[in-house]
Amino acid sequence: MHSVSIQNLDLSFGAVDVLKGLNLDIYDGEFLVLLGSSGCGKSTLLNCIAGLLDITGGQIHIKGNNVTWAEPSERGIGMVFQSYALYPQMSVEGNLSFGLKNAKVPKDEIRRRVDRAAEILQIGPLLNRKPAALSGGQRQRVAIGRALVRDVDVFLFDEPLSNLDAKLRADLRVELKELHRDLKNTMIYVTHDQVEAMTLADRIAIMKGGVIQQLASPDEIYNRPVNKYVADFIGSPSMTFFDGELKGGRFVMGDVNLPTEGYDFTGGQIDGKAIMGIRPEHVASGRDVEDAAYRTTVTAELVEPMGSDTLIWADFAGKRLRVRLDGQMKIADGDQIEIGINPAKANFFDAASELRL
Amino acid sequence: MAASSTNTPSGAKPKNTWTLGSVFVYGTLIILALYYLAPLYVMIVTSLKTLPEIRQGNVFALPDAVNLDAWFKAWATACTGLNCDGLSRGFWNSVIITVPSVIVSIAVASVNGYALANWPYRGANVFFTILIFGAFIPYQLMLYPIVIILRNLGVYGDLVGLIIVHTIFGMPILTLLFRNYFSSLPEELFKAARVDGAGFWGIFFKVMLPMSVPILVVAVILQITGIWNDFLFGIVYARPETYPMTVQLNNIVNSTFGEKEYNVNMAATILTGLVPLTVYFVSGKLFVRGIAAGAVKG
Repeated sequence: MHSVSIQNLDLSFGAVDVLKGLNLDIYDGEFLVLLGSSGCGKSTLLNCIAGLLDITGGQIHIKGNNVTWAEPSERGIGMVFQSYALYPQMSVEGNLSFGLKNAKVPKDEIRRRVDRAAEILQIGPLLNRKPAALSGGQRQRVAIGRALVRDVDVFLFDEPLSNLDAKLRADLRVELKELHRDLKNTMIYVTHDQVEAMTLADRIAIMKGGVIQQLASPDEIYNRPVNKYVADFIGSPSMTFFDGELKGGRFVMGDVNLPTEGYDFTGGQIDGKAIMGIRPEHVASGRDVEDAAYRTTVTAELVEPMGSDTLIWADFAGKRLRVRLDGQMKIADGDQIEIGINPAKANFFDAASELRL
Repeated sequence: MAASSTNTPSGAKPKNTWTLGSVFVYGTLIILALYYLAPLYVMIVTSLKTLPEIRQGNVFALPDAVNLDAWFKAWATACTGLNCDGLSRGFWNSVIITVPSVIVSIAVASVNGYALANWPYRGANVFFTILIFGAFIPYQLMLYPIVIILRNLGVYGDLVGLIIVHTIFGMPILTLLFRNYFSSLPEELFKAARVDGAGFWGIFFKVMLPMSVPILVVAVILQITGIWNDFLFGIVYARPETYPMTVQLNNIVNSTFGEKEYNVNMAATILTGLVPLTVYFVSGKLFVRGIAAGAVKG
């Protein structure tokens, strides 16, 4: 059964269409991440699911119920916000129980659920504090707790980790993943951070301009992006793209002529203008160069040591090619290095439609 | 090089507090402060003098002996027209006018502002524009129409009439104040409360109002001082028995027969100004903070 099902969702503000004919089915217990740059409509979509925005057309079903016209509190959702949105004048306990009191849940039941949430999130000692006396990480735990006590099937997260510093973000990310593993609720998670998306998601929906570009597993999105936008968006640093031409099973760009054997063309082999994208970590270097179908020597124009690995920027076929090397390789600006390109790990897109070939 | 400790910058930067600039700035400020305080000083010393002492003409001189007769007279026995019970009647009239006007106007305006900021309905902006436009219409234009309205309601000359007028005239600025304040609160709080199942009033009383102390203080101060200091509405819409304190003060000071009792006039003026002054002194800091909080976002 689908946990959340969105059918032909339209949303417009006046003459501006923000979401248009959007369809999305989310499985029971799935962790779905809505990913995109700002203004792509991902938070808007989440607000529509929550019932905080009135939609213009279409239907939303949660757990088989048509909730298109239902109030947010009637939809069986809990929501966690980027700014935590804790009620400043209430204690942590007051924050957790506010929704339950509104729903007229009996006192001992409130007690039981608050205690359970506090135990799961390890915020028991904080129950009597005001939000102002909590750290950022604690506040976000309380905000998650507020969704938890509602005992709902669907959790909505609106960039919950964006306000935290990098280390705390990584810690809470792991906690969220554990929480999902233990609770097995459906979670819909909005973020612009691809690391969060890749690490947390069962499936990622990449959005642009109110349209879902690709809805697939992180692995599929990373290895087989459906178009150039998705390919460019995922990966840091991103792919290097080369304009060229596919001719008789080879990719030609200027003087460089690459074989494409081993690449799985979805629509069979074609000839014509195309774009090749290659991830920095898929450029072969060191001992792997020998196995590559195409080998060459480039000059490291700029070196970015990052500890675990080293990035170099090198001129190749008229573009700045990004290459990720082992962090232990000693390399300096201007050094010559040997690299190899394996067509099986590259991505080819149609030059006009920018769709995957 | 030898250790030249005085010339080599090291450690905490020395602070030179007595520069020519600072002497000039503080000197100017002190002179200006004295200039503005002088009238208050004159009022206080004059009110403590007897009439013969005042006639000597030393305006700035301290009184020979502190004499509170003028204060008692101003409060309890000074005559305005037929009534000879001083300012006390006006004081209580003003209290009866101010308290309900302040409470009702703030209660209505805060809900107005909340609805406009958080529950935008069709035509909300038009409504708001019209309301704000009302603040720019000169009072004189509305004086007579309101007389007719109050007369038809049967409250012309009553304190109730004045309370209604003050409540209505406080609406534009107070609504603007509250709307801007509520707009400046994080929208996600409002969303969270909706997910938590709170309705229009639940969110207002349990989430929004507890966070509105600064703006409530501003509104209370604005309304108390504004309504207490009002003269125009008081003189137009009240009768001698229902005159607020300001109107009575005017009548005492401007009484045309007999000798000018400067000491009584000064005491009466200070008495009338005491309420707004107290309000400012007690809550000045909160006032500034609240104004700033409301001004952040429009």
